Amino acid sequence: MAHNNLNLKLKVWRQKNANTTGAFVKYDVNDISDEMSFLEMLDVLNEKLIVTGEEPIAFDHDCREGICGMCSLYIDGKPHGPWQANTTCQLHMRAFKDGDTITIEPWRSNAFPIVKDLTVDRGAFDRIIQAGGYVSVNTGNAVDGNSLPINKDDADASFAAAMCIGCGACVAACKNSSAMLFLSAKVSHLAQLPQGEPERKSRVLNMVAQMDKEGFGSCTNTGACEAACPKEISIANIARLNKEYLRAGLTQE
Amino acid sequence: MLNSKIPAGNLDDKWVDYKGHCKLVNPANKRKMEVIVVGTGLAGASAAASLGELGYKVKAFCFQDSPRRAHSIAAQGGINAAKNYQNDGDSVFRLFYDTIKGGDYRAREANVHRLAEVSGNIIDQCVAQGVPFAREYGGLLSNRSFGGTQVQRTFYAAGQTGQQLLIGAYQALERQVALGNVTMYSRHEMLDVVKIDGKAKGIIARNLITGELEKHFGYAVLLCTGGYGNVFYLSTNAMGSNVTAAWKAHKQGAYFANPCFTQIHPTCIPVSGDHQSKLTLMSESLRNDGRIWVPKAKGDTRKPNEIPEEERDYYLERRYPAFGNLVPRDVASRAAKERCDAGFGVGTSKQAVYLDYAAAIERYGKIEASKQGLANATKEDIIVMGKEVVKEKYGNLFDMYAKITGENPYEVPMRIYPAVHYTMGGLWVDYELQTNVPGLYALGEANFSDHGANRLGASALMQGLADGYFVIPYTLGNNLADEIYNAPIPTTHPAFEAAEKAVADRIATLKNINGKQSVESFHKRLGKIIWNECGMSRSEAGLKKAIADVQALKKEFWSDVRIPGEINEYNPELDKANRVADFIELGELMCIDALNRNESCGGHFREEYQTPDGEALRDDENYMYVAAWEAKAEHEWELHKEELKYEVIKPSQRNYK
Repeated sequence: MAHNNLNLKLKVWRQKNANTTGAFVKYDVNDISDEMSFLEMLDVLNEKLIVTGEEPIAFDHDCREGICGMCSLYIDGKPHGPWQANTTCQLHMRAFKDGDTITIEPWRSNAFPIVKDLTVDRGAFDRIIQAGGYVSVNTGNAVDGNSLPINKDDADASFAAAMCIGCGACVAACKNSSAMLFLSAKVSHLAQLPQGEPERKSRVLNMVAQMDKEGFGSCTNTGACEAACPKEISIANIARLNKEYLRAGLTQE
Repeated sequence: MLNSKIPAGNLDDKWVDYKGHCKLVNPANKRKMEVIVVGTGLAGASAAASLGELGYKVKAFCFQDSPRRAHSIAAQGGINAAKNYQNDGDSVFRLFYDTIKGGDYRAREANVHRLAEVSGNIIDQCVAQGVPFAREYGGLLSNRSFGGTQVQRTFYAAGQTGQQLLIGAYQALERQVALGNVTMYSRHEMLDVVKIDGKAKGIIARNLITGELEKHFGYAVLLCTGGYGNVFYLSTNAMGSNVTAAWKAHKQGAYFANPCFTQIHPTCIPVSGDHQSKLTLMSESLRNDGRIWVPKAKGDTRKPNEIPEEERDYYLERRYPAFGNLVPRDVASRAAKERCDAGFGVGTSKQAVYLDYAAAIERYGKIEASKQGLANATKEDIIVMGKEVVKEKYGNLFDMYAKITGENPYEVPMRIYPAVHYTMGGLWVDYELQTNVPGLYALGEANFSDHGANRLGASALMQGLADGYFVIPYTLGNNLADEIYNAPIPTTHPAFEAAEKAVADRIATLKNINGKQSVESFHKRLGKIIWNECGMSRSEAGLKKAIADVQALKKEFWSDVRIPGEINEYNPELDKANRVADFIELGELMCIDALNRNESCGGHFREEYQTPDGEALRDDENYMYVAAWEAKAEHEWELHKEELKYEVIKPSQRNYK
């Protein structure tokens, strides 16, 4: 593959920690190969900053293959940048043109406080899972894996919801900072399997209560979450969540 | 002599007998016993959850922002289990045999047999947790094949099996957090093991957000911290994967076993330039259906689709007709290197081979046409249908390839090249997963135990979960039963204070070097040395040179590294500096180990020791042992050997022809 080099201008949100106010800082980055990933472009900038005695830009990242959910970044007004169904770490510089100005911000949500620069704290997601995002089965008392056949379509639908990587792009995309897509993915994953059946009602009620406690906003069905989701988690999961919630609320003992 | 504590008796009975006779801790006492688990991948999360369920007071640590990020999540292809659901002749013995053979007869029989025995329980447990494995239309679990075996025993969830298994373990862990049995410390990194009277009794951890050091007591410390593939800089590991916890344990007396046994995975996306920060794996499951080839002519510059069938060299099918494209990883990687070194490589770098799906697309298309009763389907229709089937099986992998390379793998063959992927070496452990330091355990990829000199595909997930769900709950109890008479030790104990001070001093020293070169630049240089001399092939001269180079690099690092920012704040450069400093020391030991092992076996290929047709030549007479290294002083290690006794399997030269 032939490749081109780009010269770019960046506007990056810099903030020392949660207790200080932040601001945009401008940087020039030159000779960026369009074969690079977006984070590799930031690596190049950081290396330059370190050598010149400045502080590098802090951003979360780990697997760099789109599955761990650790990377974030609000790029030119879109969570995970311009590509569809993609994480920031898989975004490549082919997506940009020579001379572009790129604006990079952290996830913006009261429920995700800023740690430093572009890094935020997504601990709220773990606490939502703690409220019921599991099947209560201790190690060692499982029956044979094939003792309970599961309709393939149900298993596939459950898997499609379970693909959520917990990155928080749905929250970042939502004007209300709602966590409904994240929560609905977990509820849908487990509600569509027989293993999730015994705790089906308490799970959805407790998880929604925890979500509210964390300070996430309400859902107004604009679909921004679905559009931004790197794993294409469907907004139909939110409809299922609402159904599950209603059903649980109405039939609770 | 190392005591591996393998129980007496027949191989089949060892684990059953062990479980029947091991000591237990009663529930009231478990509630009083704190246990530390470092790392929350498959091994760590499953161990922490299972121990929490048993009633222990668990403290779990991970450096990521959530336990769900651990790199187990990136495992793609699947998890093996000897269920024999396919009626194709699988059994516990066969899984055991395949694993020992795949490991080139450098693994411990008793451990591997236990692994095969519990493999079926893992699948059952995961299904019960709600892991959405792939299923057939009848509703039962689906299986696929993997390298190094002739049965279908791999369970999977599309190309995201690791993700689904980790989410299962993570959810079990979070449930225990909610119940108060596990306390989770995320964004914390373990920086030392605290030993009192020769036993591991706690750790020093650094809060990565505030930079503060913390002292934590535990009756036992379990290291579930993964492998050290990032010593090569470029690998398929996550950016944060590191050896630090294991290395600190090593410096505290734990032996490091077989460090030179590293796995180079044959199917990764090739390096595209100097900017590259990591490599991306394309699951081995792709070798199920894809065919690997290079042009028959040297330096052929035609596009792959323009090269006719008879001018292609399907070199794996040619060299290994019995296993074809499904030979084990070490064999496939070396074969790719051999073709590229000989001038047959493809792509701009010439360091790549083709992985071609054209035949599979046509084959699946025909099956689909026949299913739908379309006797007269055109070739175009068949290809459209075939692509749909391939998309369902491998869609996410194909998408990933397209995003990274900008090419469409449904139309043109993928270009692949081997990359560092897994490390079979690790902390030496006995049958109970305990290191030679009492109270200190290593689970999952962090230990050395089950894969010998080469791991088979879909066996890492199996081992991580076996250790965490089904082994440690028994073996830990057997050892903690004697600890109930000892009161917990307050962290004001002088040993804790001294360990904390040593960690603080080291961090201050690093920070105060204030040199000119970035941490990353040192890491890249280390990676190049190790990849060139201790990678896919190794030689005496090269290793000797590498040892000198790494020693020089260490000196330079400690006099010229530059770490920006402050100690008492969120400072990823400082975290990285700590890790790279340990990788440098490990790099030296890897080369020493590779130099000591005058044979070729599995992933360890010494150029001086090969058969006339280029296969690995083992020396069972002299090297049928685990090399366990004890750290003595700077640049100085002492070798301890654990002889490997094969009582059931008779080692032979591996043959995949």
